[in-house]
Amino acid sequence: MKTFLSVLTVLAAIVAFWYAACVPMNIKGVLDAAERAGVEVSPATSKERRDLGSFGLVVNNSFAIPETFAQDRPRLPAPHQVITELWKTTVMKKVTSKRSLVYHAQVTLNATLLGFVIGTGLGILLAVGIVHSKVMDMSVMPWAIVSQTIPIIALAPMIIVVLYSVGVQGILPKAIISAYLSFFPVVVGMVKGLRSPDAMQLDLLKTYGANTNQGFWKLRLPSSMPYLFASLKIGIAASLLGAIVGELPTGAVAGLGARLLAGSYYGQTVQIWSALFAAAILAGLLVALLDLIERGVLKRMGMAS
Amino acid sequence: MNTQTTTQAHLEQGATEAVVEAKNLDLVFPTNDGPVQALKDVNLTINKGDFVSFIGPSGCGKTTFLRVMAALEHPTGGSITVNGMSPDEARKNRAYGYVFQAAGLYPWRSIAKNIKLPLEIMGYSKSEQDKRVEQVLELVELAGFGGKYPWQLSGGMQQRASIARALAFDADILLMDEPFGALDEIVRDHLNEQLLKLWARTNKTIGFVTHSIPEAVYLSTKIVVMSPRPGRITDVIESTLPRERPLDIRDSQEFIDIAHRVREGLRAGHADD
Repeated sequence: MKTFLSVLTVLAAIVAFWYAACVPMNIKGVLDAAERAGVEVSPATSKERRDLGSFGLVVNNSFAIPETFAQDRPRLPAPHQVITELWKTTVMKKVTSKRSLVYHAQVTLNATLLGFVIGTGLGILLAVGIVHSKVMDMSVMPWAIVSQTIPIIALAPMIIVVLYSVGVQGILPKAIISAYLSFFPVVVGMVKGLRSPDAMQLDLLKTYGANTNQGFWKLRLPSSMPYLFASLKIGIAASLLGAIVGELPTGAVAGLGARLLAGSYYGQTVQIWSALFAAAILAGLLVALLDLIERGVLKRMGMAS
Repeated sequence: MNTQTTTQAHLEQGATEAVVEAKNLDLVFPTNDGPVQALKDVNLTINKGDFVSFIGPSGCGKTTFLRVMAALEHPTGGSITVNGMSPDEARKNRAYGYVFQAAGLYPWRSIAKNIKLPLEIMGYSKSEQDKRVEQVLELVELAGFGGKYPWQLSGGMQQRASIARALAFDADILLMDEPFGALDEIVRDHLNEQLLKLWARTNKTIGFVTHSIPEAVYLSTKIVVMSPRPGRITDVIESTLPRERPLDIRDSQEFIDIAHRVREGLRAGHADD
């Protein structure tokens, strides 16, 4: 109960800060609109107002403060505006509608999940190779690390262009960008996990004359499960990020990335923020789902911490 | 490797039959601080049915010697045979079961499934696996615990399960590296008593590494006293205690005398430090 209250307090502080920030961020736009509508504001001209600065404007025109939370295209939308937009575009719209965030989220989710499966599979395969072969350890691992130093935003258009030129389009290019981001945490986690059995455990198998294969299936793989799940949780969030970034350079018409892009073309800040929140909520749900599976599996395996 | 000792196998049953023979055994570990002589000129014969304890301070090579027998380390000089074969061959013939200080049971397997691990690896049939699990659980007095998971068992019970696992494939030799080192003394006494019973019932040859003088004297037919830098044998004591040993034998004069000789041997090993 006490923690719950503390968490609520932190949340309330964030929301309060957000509302407070809306006033100086939006005041100039509100006053410009008010001047056009014939309301007397101080100072009177747009240029003077720019020179005065946001806080000065707030002090001089406190009557305009309520309006800063209610603009159509604010610089910074207020929390209730974002929540209203989220409500209108999820619950109030049919999921098949092009304006429904659920529809867009599902488009992105498909690419995310496909990319996550490809990335996780690739990551596990690479980790198995790295653990069992010194050559792979020394040749693959550095490239895996280097691959993550290239900004995905720079790489994504190239991946899409290259794939398009060989005739691959649709969900797959986005999924590949997702996979590109999500394989890495899986490689790192699984290499550590597959190497986690201690010398005693490995010696024990040696005294049984176990071969590498048996050692892998009976000891290394089960031992790596806690590491795998930790990696998967990072991987799924990275996958979602990859799918969204993959939608940006393609001029995609559907998906959360497309909503972000369209919002920024038309200055629809409320739409941008609600798409951002939709992405965050989706990521949260995916991680929570993995967390649930993790608890179940590790408990069954007697490895719950 | 030297194979003269195979002639020993022709000895009549009941006579002392050498199971392990080490001659002039040397083992040098290369380390960053230069080579470390873990074993130097070790000569030892272990006969069938012996209970041999290795005792000595850390770094005396007692664990290393056990690992050499199990082919987990390889000597750099001298020769060693196990059942007349090289340790590597002996391992392939499933000559020994090994018990470590930690039980090392897999948390994701039940006790029965843990005991089946070596059997699965060695390719025993399902029905044979079940039969053997039943048998060894009986031997370590854990009958009925097969379905439990390791975390549901006490430390002593876990160690008994790990002994059962080592017994499951019926190796002649049981190598135990401080198996009760992490347990408290009351549990340890109990397990020592059980181990002697198990030894009497199965007639295994046991190699047992320990830090404890009373434990070594209580359990062994032969006590090998070792000392460090370089790791070597300073004394081999043939116990005169009867094979049947109640716990209170530890108060007898004979027991005290043997313990005294072990202590002397340990002290002698330290004199040249």
